[in-house]
Amino acid sequence: MSKKSRISWLLVAPLLVLVTVGFLLPIGYTMVKAVENPEVTAALPRTAAVLDTWDGEGMPPEAAFDALVEDIRSSRSGLEFGAMTRRLNFELNGSRSVIMKTRRTVDALDAPYSESLPVEIAEWGDPEFWRLIKTNSNPVTASYLLRALDLQVTPGGSIERVPADRAIFLDLFMRTFWISIWVTVICAFLAYPTAYYISTLSDRAASYAMLLVLVPFWTSILVRTTAWFILLQTEGPVNMALVWSSIIDEPIQLIFTRFAVYVAMVHVLLPFQILPLYSVMKRQGPQYLRAAASLGAPPWRQFLSVYLPLTLPGVAAGAAMVFMLSVGFYVTPALVGGLQDQMVSYYIAFFTNQSINFGMVAALSLLLLVFTGAIILIAHRLIPNVGGAIRA
Amino acid sequence: MTRIATKVFAWIVLAFLVAPLLAIFPLSFSSGTILTLPVPGYSLQWYEEFFLNDRWLDATRNSFIVGTATMVLATLLGTTAAYGLNMSNFRGKQIVLVLLSMPMVVPLIVTAASMFLAFSAVGLANTLWGLVIAHTIIATPYVVITVLASLQTFDPNLMRGALSLGAPPVTAFREVVLPMILPGVAAGAIFAFATSFDELVIAIFITGPGEFTLPRQMFAGLREFLSPTIAAAAVIMILLSFVLLFVSEAVRRRGEKLVARRANQ
Repeated sequence: MSKKSRISWLLVAPLLVLVTVGFLLPIGYTMVKAVENPEVTAALPRTAAVLDTWDGEGMPPEAAFDALVEDIRSSRSGLEFGAMTRRLNFELNGSRSVIMKTRRTVDALDAPYSESLPVEIAEWGDPEFWRLIKTNSNPVTASYLLRALDLQVTPGGSIERVPADRAIFLDLFMRTFWISIWVTVICAFLAYPTAYYISTLSDRAASYAMLLVLVPFWTSILVRTTAWFILLQTEGPVNMALVWSSIIDEPIQLIFTRFAVYVAMVHVLLPFQILPLYSVMKRQGPQYLRAAASLGAPPWRQFLSVYLPLTLPGVAAGAAMVFMLSVGFYVTPALVGGLQDQMVSYYIAFFTNQSINFGMVAALSLLLLVFTGAIILIAHRLIPNVGGAIRA
Repeated sequence: MTRIATKVFAWIVLAFLVAPLLAIFPLSFSSGTILTLPVPGYSLQWYEEFFLNDRWLDATRNSFIVGTATMVLATLLGTTAAYGLNMSNFRGKQIVLVLLSMPMVVPLIVTAASMFLAFSAVGLANTLWGLVIAHTIIATPYVVITVLASLQTFDPNLMRGALSLGAPPVTAFREVVLPMILPGVAAGAIFAFATSFDELVIAIFITGPGEFTLPRQMFAGLREFLSPTIAAAAVIMILLSFVLLFVSEAVRRRGEKLVARRANQ
């Protein structure tokens, strides 16, 4: 390696280390979390060891019952025990109460437990419940990823769709996709004539007009969302103006609706579409349009066959940016949308802060990452040089 | 006809972009307690509320601490990395560029959730340091981009000249390179500060009430109870963005002048 290359590496190294340790490792850790399955083995180590040798046919051996009773009697760490019950309940609704009931009765039980335990709690006489424990003693699980696609593993080992009342995630991904598509389309539709108009202005007028784009662009997303949050309240300025101008008779529900999500997201993301479009349009000289006109093309033809193809890269660059950002949007829909208007990001936050389930956090994050990655790859295939990568 | 229609359409869109921000101003000076227009009268009560409330003050202080620390770290790391990237076509450069771009491409919510999971495992969650590290990671790529752009107009012969005259490399960098690329570095630094100051998603995931930043406090406030104090906080943040926008424009102009002067020489 030449001396220059060595110095280059030395200068890049500190940042590379920070990005690796603070960003790439956490992303990798999340991917591991999406398939990791330590809870049952941690709380019921002996049972897990015995069940490991069980073939899953019929009832498990007497040793499994002994191990289970021993594990539950000696379960000291409430944290591990709680994590295990939550883990099993995620797989099979109601398992939590079975385990809790077992913990309450286990001290009074007499051997042989394979007879006394099922008498007290019927589930322990059911091979399927034992298979549930065995399956989840496995250090790796696909449950979270499957669940994030509304699928689950049956105790028999096959994959099936979850019952309709719990199937929310496919809808969620579709909704995220469609909201993002619509926001992208609306932004492109609003930005194109606007950027065109600004590009026809004199330099001085254009810089003032661009200020109207740049000021919102520089204002934080939260502040802009807050503005809409206040304006769209039922007693808020927008409703007041509509009533005052007799368009409506009494205030209507605007906040916490899909409409509010579209308005606020388009407002936040519009500059990302106007800016690249403007810079492309600014570079277009009038000569091509003149050439088209001199060849007898009517204005609509000049636009469709000459101007539009020339400015399309600007549309593509902006649209890719808008779409990529809206797919991962959290703050705006969370504040101005209702429960029916939330996107994948909302559930990532929900499983982190409210229903603590890090496996689902990781699985949804991983799928969203794959989803975004696929979009970037497609965008790159269609239009090279799209997306915000560093080039040197 | 089409021309007039385009003009009207464009002005409506531009009005749509700025009107919500302008509407916040009178609301924040309202003498009433409900956020509605027209306001019943004007008063500074909500600003008083902001500046006398410990929660808002602490949040503002945290924002400035994290923003400044992020700015310093991101500028140092980003400038050195950009200089290294510009210096030679070393092996693995393409991979390094892809890795350094990743924080800009990965959805912020995924970054935030991952950092939360990993940072809590090592005790960095709920600390200001954790937030500084997170913000530095998402802000540095922009510093790298702006500094790289200004390095591309820099003539490497100047550095060689300084070295051949016996200047130690660090001195040569400080005296010769830095003044030329300063506008790029400053623009990157301002952008890093603004990124951190405005960032909310990561702050939601990895801060507790003790480390709330201004956006985090606003978010909490919006969810609890919509008081006009939030409008006042929003105005304060808008004004700050204005200041940053003007500083960065001034820096950009200065940079253009510098390049123009060099082109004349």
